[in-house]
Amino acid sequence: MDTKYLFKRHNTWWVKVAVPRTLKKELGFDLRESLKTHDLNEAQKLRWPIVDQFKSKINIARARLENKNLETKSLINAATHNHMPVTDTSDPQYYHKVVDCQYACPAHTPVPEYIRQISQGNYADAYMINWDSNVFPGILGRTCDRPCEPACRRTRTHEKPVAICRLKRVAYDHKGDIRDRLPKAPKKNGKKIALIGAGPASLTVARDLVTLGYELVLFEKDPQAGGLMRTNIPAFRLPVEVLDEEVNQIINLGVETRFNSEIKSMKSLLEEDFDAIFVGTGAPKGRDLFIDSREEGKKNIHIGIDWLTSIAFEHTTSIGKKVIVLGGGNTAMDCCRSSLRLGAEDVKVIVRSPFEDMKASEWEIEDAMEERIPIIDNHVPKKFLLKKGKLVGMEFEKVKPEYDKNGKRSLIPTGENPIIMECDDVLVAIGQYNAYQWIERDIGIEFGEWDMPVVDKTTFQSTHKKIFFGGDAAWGPENIIWAVAHGHQAAISIDKLCKGEDLTNRPDPMTNLVSQKMGVHEWSYDNDISQDKRFLVPHADQKVSLKNLKVEVELGYDEKLAFEEAQRCLNCDVQTVFTESKCIECDACVDICPTDTINFIANDSEEELRKKLRIPAINKDQDLLVSEQLATKRVMVKDEDMCVHCGLCAERCPTAAWDMQTFLYEESRTYSNCTSMDIKNNQPKYA
Amino acid sequence: MTYITKPVNHHPRLKINKLGLTRRDYEGPVSTLCAGCGHDSISAAIVEACFQLNIAAHQVAKLSGIGCSSKTPGYFLKQSHGFNSVHGRMPSIATGANLANHELTYLGVSGDGDTASIGMGQFVHAVRRQLNVVYIIENNGTYGLTKGQFSATSDIESKSKYGEDNLFPAIDLAGMAIHLGASFVARSFSGDKEQLVPLMKAALSHKGFSLIDVISPCVTFNNHKNSTKSYDYIREHNDSVASMTDFIPIGNTITGSYKQGKNLDIPLHDGSILSLQKISKNYNPENKIEAIKKIQQSEQQGKVLTGLLYINPKAKDLKETLDIVDTPLNKLVEKDLCPGKEKINQINSSLK
Ligand SMILES: Cc1cc2nc3c(=O)[nH]c(=O)nc-3n(C[C@H](O)[C@H](O)[C@H](O)COP(=O)(O)OP(=O)(O)OC[C@H]3O[C@@H](n4cnc5c(N)ncnc54)[C@H](O)[C@@H]3O)c2cc1C
Ligand SMILES: Cc1ncc(C[n+]2csc(CCOP(=O)(O)OP(=O)(O)O)c2C)c(N)n1
Ligand code: SF4
Ligand code: SF4
Ligand code: SF4
Ligand SMILES: [Mg+2]
Repeated sequence: MDTKYLFKRHNTWWVKVAVPRTLKKELGFDLRESLKTHDLNEAQKLRWPIVDQFKSKINIARARLENKNLETKSLINAATHNHMPVTDTSDPQYYHKVVDCQYACPAHTPVPEYIRQISQGNYADAYMINWDSNVFPGILGRTCDRPCEPACRRTRTHEKPVAICRLKRVAYDHKGDIRDRLPKAPKKNGKKIALIGAGPASLTVARDLVTLGYELVLFEKDPQAGGLMRTNIPAFRLPVEVLDEEVNQIINLGVETRFNSEIKSMKSLLEEDFDAIFVGTGAPKGRDLFIDSREEGKKNIHIGIDWLTSIAFEHTTSIGKKVIVLGGGNTAMDCCRSSLRLGAEDVKVIVRSPFEDMKASEWEIEDAMEERIPIIDNHVPKKFLLKKGKLVGMEFEKVKPEYDKNGKRSLIPTGENPIIMECDDVLVAIGQYNAYQWIERDIGIEFGEWDMPVVDKTTFQSTHKKIFFGGDAAWGPENIIWAVAHGHQAAISIDKLCKGEDLTNRPDPMTNLVSQKMGVHEWSYDNDISQDKRFLVPHADQKVSLKNLKVEVELGYDEKLAFEEAQRCLNCDVQTVFTESKCIECDACVDICPTDTINFIANDSEEELRKKLRIPAINKDQDLLVSEQLATKRVMVKDEDMCVHCGLCAERCPTAAWDMQTFLYEESRTYSNCTSMDIKNNQPKYA
Repeated sequence: MTYITKPVNHHPRLKINKLGLTRRDYEGPVSTLCAGCGHDSISAAIVEACFQLNIAAHQVAKLSGIGCSSKTPGYFLKQSHGFNSVHGRMPSIATGANLANHELTYLGVSGDGDTASIGMGQFVHAVRRQLNVVYIIENNGTYGLTKGQFSATSDIESKSKYGEDNLFPAIDLAGMAIHLGASFVARSFSGDKEQLVPLMKAALSHKGFSLIDVISPCVTFNNHKNSTKSYDYIREHNDSVASMTDFIPIGNTITGSYKQGKNLDIPLHDGSILSLQKISKNYNPENKIEAIKKIQQSEQQGKVLTGLLYINPKAKDLKETLDIVDTPLNKLVEKDLCPGKEKINQINSSLK
């Protein structure tokens, strides 16, 4: 597993050990040496003595520096004050940050890698890369909150992001039969873990641990697994078959399920012989609205998430003709669209805040509006109106937003007459919260603010060493991909706990950097940037989809559209790697770079350098790549923010001082069996 | 050669000039020259200078001969007029075009082979006549296109890539142009845009023959250890008379970096100001004799003198000397050109 000391160059294996930042001046970037072999197995054997040798060299230098530091500390500080140090690209997070989508993804899915597989028609490979890291590609490809998309590098040049999420769906839709690629659970290791709640968080822990031989027992109060993905995300967004397939895929690895088993006491569960307990119970309570006549009208006033659940389990099959949905989040969007499909004729969404401040994702709002559902903003609900004991409408007060100096918003009544709206049913979709009445307060789990358990942000451990929290259960409602990311981390912690290891010592990610050069101006990635606009996903005919709750609205890209959309990816994981010793400072790269990111300039403090570049680098979220000093005493400074990974710098460089190298970053997980790296051939596994 | 086209994607904060254009709008297709060729940097400097001067590309004519250098007009100012002529014959084409329509800005691009060997006869007359053109020599001391033979600007002590000695002394085109009466003579280095771009801006605004001899390393055939036109050699031997040249176009306020007194300001015919920050103390680029002396001194010391070497802002250009009408010749119609029967008769009868 530990491959981080090995890398391949010109077909031979080398050992590389990163040098700590403080010793860079003395020892350089990293210590490396060729093993003079083409064979990985041989290299594996040869590397350790050299690694040890390098490590001792670093230790000696460190000791020397520490002695010297006592006298020269102030000098060093002064020197670094007006010079940016040489960038440490061996820090896994350096290039990772350049892959904006992957960096923004809570589970750090290798996005460009799977998109390339899609454009090559390798859908099953694309699926497996996703399955490794986000566990639910088919589900997420339809429902993910997609934090990757606003981060997409395409937006830097003011274009729409690549449809990363919908391409994930393509991987699922076209993958074919992948059952033989799934792992088999090994012999049991004798450790037993309880998972409470069968949402995405618990299911991720299950996938990550069952493949290591743990025995897993999944307790769920509902009759089926899936959590809110089953009970709340409507079938017209997420077909039940997709959900079933991906949930069962995990359970069938050998997870023991106990459905219809609500855990009512943590204390009694603790008394059973579990080695660890993971709480993935979500935020199961919907917020209510206690205004006039709430109690009297209760027959026709529903809590959004409960109402959606009763639709999912087919307890509710109809609704009144006129429906008011209260709230501006995604739940409100699902409620209003579900109402239409249950036969409502007049559905309105009423929001307290201004339209721009609505919490729902842009695309969910768009989809609701496409179904011609009006969204009325700046209306605060005042009372429910009843006639002869039956709900007939609601009264609202009109407000307008005012912002103070700090940008804090308050909603000020406009003083207009109250607004009355008629309705037969009201759906209250104004938030969710956690409820831990079933956890006794004397068993060692400390509760803090908002009556929430105290959970460590890195280890996901509560103050009880055996009990872990993740997903919406940890810090309140988030989304599926965060639940998955939490699940991976909790699995690492549980594994460490069971092995008696230190939980705070987190495993390193696996990275690899491989040149893509094939010929003088040929790369093994498509560097010619597509000028197409983002392709729209085709939708089902509304005449059909609005009548049936189970008809999926989005049809997904077909293969041709998927290919075209995949071509829009800039391949941000193909990194520009600079070798200063080769540079003759001819300026060819500076002249060709379409986005003016490359500079040859006198070194200075970061702040000054950022200002002095050809085009000032204002986005501090992205780093500057700073080289060692060159022959002219200048340094090369590249603004990573604007690079579009076209490879032209490397094509126009006469000395190959620039090279385009694919950086593969695999977030560490306990389930590591199936990484997208094929170490033996030093290339992505699915290439 | 690079296969892909430079993507249109550009930095969203790219500067926009008075014509509403960005620097990218002045570019051309991707160069087919060897990667790292100095000539490409010169193209980039031309692009930058034209962008900064708000020149409308369709008001420029790019003229060249034959050679790698002469190919470059294909790679910048894609909307401009152009004529890629015969080896060494660019000056004739430039003269003809200039006389036909003096309203365009003429940009002649040539190589050391194109100018100092086959085209020498044409070159000297264009200089002598004060043709209003910016004549850029992309000087790499070799015939790049024909695979690295010595050119007439190769220094006597230099060797070819394959080790042969160069037996003949070099022609110094800048010194020669001053002798011949050029009114703007500069030398620069493709690897120093800070110097080259302002020089180009000044040359483009100067009326008369402007020569910029730009040392431009040929990475493929003349960038080796025994070359005197390599990146390393020029960086080591560069002796700048007037570096940090600042060119202040007409009507522009003087910039912050400009220090009164320390600079030598030369007003050009159109009211713009060429401001030189003098590095060499007693150098006066308006003094021809001094310029020639300094060039020769540097040569003896094995240095490459760069910067604005000589300028005569008041020189007469060819059009003035020939006293040509202001309306460009290509716009004169029959009515303007043919005096009519009556006038002819008058003339004829006066000769009887
Ligand atoms: C209407 C709606 C739409 C949404 N749409 C999206 C979307 O499109 N994309 C997205 O990413 N996210 C969406 N979300 C959010 C997402 O569903 C949740 O963030 C995610 O499911 C949280 O996963 P989890 O595993 O933490 O918990 P949950 O999915 O909430 O699962 C918790 C499970 O625990 C069970 N449980 C609770 N208490 C007990 C107990 N005491 N004993 C036994 N079992 C128990 C519950 O029955 C449930 O099955 C939506 C949420 C809602 C409400
Ligand atoms: C009439 C004629 N003679 C000879 C040639 C062959 N030839 C082509 S380019 C060239 C030399 C070009 O050298 P230079 O002008 O320095 O351009 P460089 O390629 O070095 O930029 C020669 C001799 C020709 N094309 N035409
Ligand atoms: S790959 Fe090179 S040329 Fe292309 S945008 Fe990035 S730095 Fe510029
Ligand atoms: S093109 Fe290559 S050699 Fe030339 S300046 Fe850029 S990195 Fe250096
Ligand atoms: S041969 Fe020399 S002059 Fe011609 S393109 Fe190549 S580097 Fe430039
Ligand atoms: Mg030449």
